[in-house]
Amino acid sequence: MTVTQAQFRTAMLDPNAAVPPGIVNPDGAQASKRFNVYRNNVAVSLSDALEAAFPVVRKLVGDEFFRAMAGVYLRKHPPKSPLMMFYGDAMPQFLHRFEPAKSVPYLPDIAAMELALRLAYHAADATPAPPDALGAIAPDALMSTRLRLAPAVQAVNSEYPIHAIYRANTQSDAPKPVMQAEAVLISRPGFDPDIHPINAAAAKAISLLQKGQTLGEAIATADDTLDLGAVLGLLLAQGAITEIY
Amino acid sequence: MLDATHPDSLPARPGVGYKPQHYTAIMADPGPLGWLEVHAENYMGDGGRPIAQLRHLAERFPISVHGVGLSIGAEGDLDKDHLARLKHLVSWLNPASFSEHLAWSTHDSHFFNDLLPLPYTPKTLDRVAAHINEVQDTVGRRMLLENPSSYLAFAESTLSETDFLRELTQRTGCGLLLDVNNVFVSATNLKTSPQAYIDDFPLEAVGEVHLGGHDEDEDETGAPLLIDSHGKAVVDPVWALLDYTLAKSGPKPLLIEWDTDVPEWPVLAEEIARADKALSLVTA
Repeated sequence: MTVTQAQFRTAMLDPNAAVPPGIVNPDGAQASKRFNVYRNNVAVSLSDALEAAFPVVRKLVGDEFFRAMAGVYLRKHPPKSPLMMFYGDAMPQFLHRFEPAKSVPYLPDIAAMELALRLAYHAADATPAPPDALGAIAPDALMSTRLRLAPAVQAVNSEYPIHAIYRANTQSDAPKPVMQAEAVLISRPGFDPDIHPINAAAAKAISLLQKGQTLGEAIATADDTLDLGAVLGLLLAQGAITEIY
Repeated sequence: MLDATHPDSLPARPGVGYKPQHYTAIMADPGPLGWLEVHAENYMGDGGRPIAQLRHLAERFPISVHGVGLSIGAEGDLDKDHLARLKHLVSWLNPASFSEHLAWSTHDSHFFNDLLPLPYTPKTLDRVAAHINEVQDTVGRRMLLENPSSYLAFAESTLSETDFLRELTQRTGCGLLLDVNNVFVSATNLKTSPQAYIDDFPLEAVGEVHLGGHDEDEDETGAPLLIDSHGKAVVDPVWALLDYTLAKSGPKPLLIEWDTDVPEWPVLAEEIARADKALSLVTA
């Protein structure tokens, strides 16, 4: 009697499924509790990985809720690669649709921010452009200039105060969040990712620059809340610009 | 098939599974620690601190790269992207050893983050041998294959685990990583003799020995069910099994594996000292 890996997998992910016949104990009898070792290992190891990956999400919903939610997530989205450092990439979209979490509407954006921090931590190292690099460009050439940003750089935009919520759950002296839209720049000047609050216009401009658009194109679609000088100053200070071309 | 005479270059000294929280302690006073083992998958990001730290460690210690995600026992093809990542890691790091498990962990492109068992039959032997050949050809070096912890058996198995492993070394030229805690766990769970397993094991192919802790449970019949947790100290019967093994095999590189509930460095240093003592008994 052959047990296929498809049968093994299906029974392993469903705690109520029967153990495939042919999986036995040393006496030749069906091995149910023994099979449960694998069910348990898989669920616990994936759930632990999600806990480590989303500590602020976990703090916001509590341990018990997080465990239950992780149990649903890991069956719906098993890892697609053995690189557990990137596991949980579907968490923001999952939380958008996860009915029991609807009362915490900012949860998906906090998950997106934690995901961005993790990506930044493992992103490729980059050599920043010198701090005066933009000053060397002739004023009439500035608007047609493009920037290459470091692989760790990400802008996360939200309708909710994600920066304030993140701080309130990671720092003891942080102020209480005020309900407002917030955005953050995530960058990695050294080995630890940094978080800087920016406005929505800056987040959008950074995303456009990341896509290879010129400074002129990034300004053209922005409203008057974009302070491009401040954005460029922050990017340079964070070592987030690697090339100007 | 690669040259089976390729020397294993880990020293026959104690090593430890590296955890970043022990970095400072290890650098300050390694004691008898002779080498470090890292999980390959933790160093497959694009950059940042993990890679920088590993480069730094490799300047000081021989490194063993131990993969947990290749799924060599899978029914399906090996993950080509993962093989390419492994090749990249091994080529820039040039570790003293590379090892993986006799297990599967991926099915239909989904990875389950656990070492899952396979039956031992002529058919699975062909498949695993082909996968090992593919790994060795791609990575360009000999690999060590680790014996698993077993909790259950497959009625369809026709080969013993030791015969299965011996045949793999003969067909592919791969070496073996002998985990004596896994031997003890499997023998207890499957009601066999751990010493008999060691007697049957092709010790001449062993390039590394693992030691770790396990949890104790019972199955529904009340029979002991040991679980390979890597979350405790090595128990006395496993140290005794190590002595039994080393007396037959001579000195080998010994690894202390502690992956969950990882303790402070002094606790690991004690285990390393005990492994060092076990080696001194067989190093004339």
